[in-house]
Amino acid sequence: MNSHDRQLCLSGKGVTKIFGFGSKKTLAVDNVDFEFYSGDLISIVGESGSGKTTLIKMLLGLTSVTEGEISFMGKKRDIGSRRKKKEYWKGIQAIFQDPYSSYNIFSKIDSVLLDCINMRGGRLLPRKTKIEMMREACSFVNLKYDEMTNKYPFELSGGQMQRLMIARIFLLKPKILLADEPTSMIDACSRATILDMLLKLRDETGMMIIFITHDMGLAYYLSDTVYIMEKGKIVEFGSADEVVLNPKADYTKQLLNDVPKIHDPWEFSKNRRKDAQWTEQFVV
Amino acid sequence: MKSQLRSIVRSGKFMTGFVIFVSILLLTIIYPLINPGDPMARIGYDSFRTRPGTYVSLYDTLDGVNTFTFRIPGANDIRISNKLREDDRERIKYWLVEYGKQEEVAGLTEEEIDIEDTVALLGLWWEFYSDEVFVRNLTNAERNAFMRLDVRLDRLFDIDDLQVYTLNPETGEHDILFTEVSTDDYINVSDVANIIRLPLGTDNFGSDVLKKLVLATATSLWIGLVAGTVATLIGLTLGLLGGYVGGIVDDIIMFFTNLFTVIPGFVLLILISYGMSQMERGATTVAVVIGLTSWVWTTRSVRSQVMSLRNRDHVNLSKLSGHSMPKIIIKDILPYIASYVVMAFILQISSGILAEAGLSMLGLGPSTTSTATLGMMLDWSIMKSTAFIHGAWWAYYPVIVVILLISFSLNLMNTGMDQVFNPQLRD
Repeated sequence: MNSHDRQLCLSGKGVTKIFGFGSKKTLAVDNVDFEFYSGDLISIVGESGSGKTTLIKMLLGLTSVTEGEISFMGKKRDIGSRRKKKEYWKGIQAIFQDPYSSYNIFSKIDSVLLDCINMRGGRLLPRKTKIEMMREACSFVNLKYDEMTNKYPFELSGGQMQRLMIARIFLLKPKILLADEPTSMIDACSRATILDMLLKLRDETGMMIIFITHDMGLAYYLSDTVYIMEKGKIVEFGSADEVVLNPKADYTKQLLNDVPKIHDPWEFSKNRRKDAQWTEQFVV
Repeated sequence: MKSQLRSIVRSGKFMTGFVIFVSILLLTIIYPLINPGDPMARIGYDSFRTRPGTYVSLYDTLDGVNTFTFRIPGANDIRISNKLREDDRERIKYWLVEYGKQEEVAGLTEEEIDIEDTVALLGLWWEFYSDEVFVRNLTNAERNAFMRLDVRLDRLFDIDDLQVYTLNPETGEHDILFTEVSTDDYINVSDVANIIRLPLGTDNFGSDVLKKLVLATATSLWIGLVAGTVATLIGLTLGLLGGYVGGIVDDIIMFFTNLFTVIPGFVLLILISYGMSQMERGATTVAVVIGLTSWVWTTRSVRSQVMSLRNRDHVNLSKLSGHSMPKIIIKDILPYIASYVVMAFILQISSGILAEAGLSMLGLGPSTTSTATLGMMLDWSIMKSTAFIHGAWWAYYPVIVVILLISFSLNLMNTGMDQVFNPQLRD
C-alpha cells in the first residue's frame, strides 16, 4: 500500500490518556502513534476496555489529551476555544454505539437534522429548502421524511434511529467519520443495511471512516487499514490483508482465533480445549 | 412529555394530594373575602374562655324580637336535661356508686344507674345526697366539690319568672320592658340581629381562631414557597455547574456543600435566627434563611445526576452539533432532571413549612404582631399559654391538622409523581 501519495488527514504522536490520580490512576490509552490518510476506511479492533472509545473521544475533542499531540490536516490540532471546536467538528463527526441514548428524548428528531443544516451555515435558508434537504437526507438512508417528521426518538426502532444518524452525517458531509461500533446494538438484518449505507456514503463523499469494532471479521470485510489495540496500546497495524493473513502479535492471533466460524467446531479458547474433550467423551 | 403529564393527572395519589393542597390554597384566598376583618383583632376574652360555637346577643334576644310560647309538655325537662352536663352526670353517678357500696342500697350499683335518664338520676341524687352523709372513699376536696354540685343542681330548678327593665334616660327611672320571661318562651334565632359565629372559638389573645388560622396557613404556604424556591434555585444552579463543568469548579462547590452537610441545618437555622435582631425577623426573612440552609441535598443529588448525564451520547452529539454550554445544560440536561427537580421542590416546600413550625415553637420564628404563622399559633397556644391545661383543643388541634394536611398532600403529590417518572415504581 503506497500511503505517501495520499494526504495525511489525522495523525497522533504519543497520545496518552490517564484517568484519576495517584493510586487510582488508570492508563486508558498508552503512548499511541497513528497516521490516518484521507479516503481510507480504518478499523480499530480490540476487546472491551482496550481504550478504543477513549481514543475516539480524544480524536473528537470530547476528552482532553493527557500527553502527546494530535494533528489534523497536517497541522497541530487547536481546539482551545468554542469557535475553533465548532470549526473542528465541521470536519470530524461521529456515530455512537447506542442509538437509543444518542437522541435527546425531549426534542423531536427534526431538530437533530436542523442542527446539522445550521452547522453547515444554512441557518438563514428558507424553511422549504431546509425541508427539501432533510427529505433528501432521509431518502438517502431509505427513510420517508414525512413519516419521520414531528416524531420523538422513542417512536423509532433502533435501526431507524441509527439510519437517521447516517442521514445526519449525510447532511454534515465531514472529512472524517468516527463510527463507534455503530452496529453492535442493532439486529443482524439491519446491520448489513447500515454498513451498506455507510459504505455508500463514503463512496459519495470520499470521507475517511474510522470504524471501531471488536469484530475482526467485520474489520477485515470493511477496511483498508486495521489497527489492533490491546490494553491502551496499538500492538499491530497495517493493511487488512497483512494483519489478518500474516498476524505478528499474539493478541491479533488470539482475536483471529476467536472469530466465530460456521463450519468448524467452535473453540472458545485454548484453555478450554481440555474441557471440550472431556465433554466429548462424556457425551459419547 | 404530554403522555407523562396525562399519567400524572391519572395518578390517584397525585390527584388526591393536589386536590387537598388546592383546597387549602383556595380556602386561604376565598375565606378572607367572604369573612373580612382583621384576623389579629382581639375580639374576645383572653385565656381561651370563648369556646367554639355560635354566640347570640343577649340584648337582641330580649329587645324587639317576637317571642313564641310553645306548649310542649315537659319543656322544662328538656331544658334541664340539656343543661345538665355530661361530666356532672358522671360525677353524680360516681357519688351514688360510692354511697351504694357503703350503705348497700339496692339500685345504686354501677350497672343500674343510667346517666342518660335525667329524671331518674336526679331523683336518686335528691333521695340520697345530703352534705351530712359521710362517704368514706371520697377525699375532702371531692366532698366539697359535691357540695358545690348540689347547689348548682338546685339552681337548675330556679324557674322564677324574670322581669326585664330598661333605663329611661329622661326620667332616670327603670321602665319595665318585659313583665315576665318564662322558661317556655322562645325566639327565632334568625330574628336576632347580632350573632357571632366562632367555629373555632378564640385563642389566648381573644382573636378568632379560624380567621387567624386561615391567615397563618397563607403565611406558612408563602414561607414554604419562598424557602423552597430559594433552596431549589441554589441547589439546582450549584448542582448543574458542579456536575457539568467538573474540575476545580466542582471541587469548590463540593467543599461548601460538604461543609453545609456536616453542620446540622437546624442548628445553623437556630443560630442565624438568634443572631438576627427581633425587628429583622419577618416571615419572608425567616423563609429565606430556611432556604439558605436547606439547599445541600438538592445540590448533591442534582450534581450526581448531571455527572451521569454529561457523558451520555446525546450530550456528546449535542456538543458535536456545535451547541454552547448553556444551551446544552438547558436543553440536554435540565429536561432529564426536571421531574426530579420538581419533586425536590415540592418536598422543599413541605420541609420549609415544617422548619418554620419547629423554629417558631422554639420562639425563634418570625417576630411579628401583624401576621400569624402555623408555627407561631402552636407556640402561642401550647408553649406560651398552655392551652392543654385549659382544655382549649380548638387553639392547637386545627393548627396541627392543617400542618398535617399540607405536608401530607405535598408528599402525596411527590409520591404520585415519583411513580410516574420512576418506571421501577410503576404499578
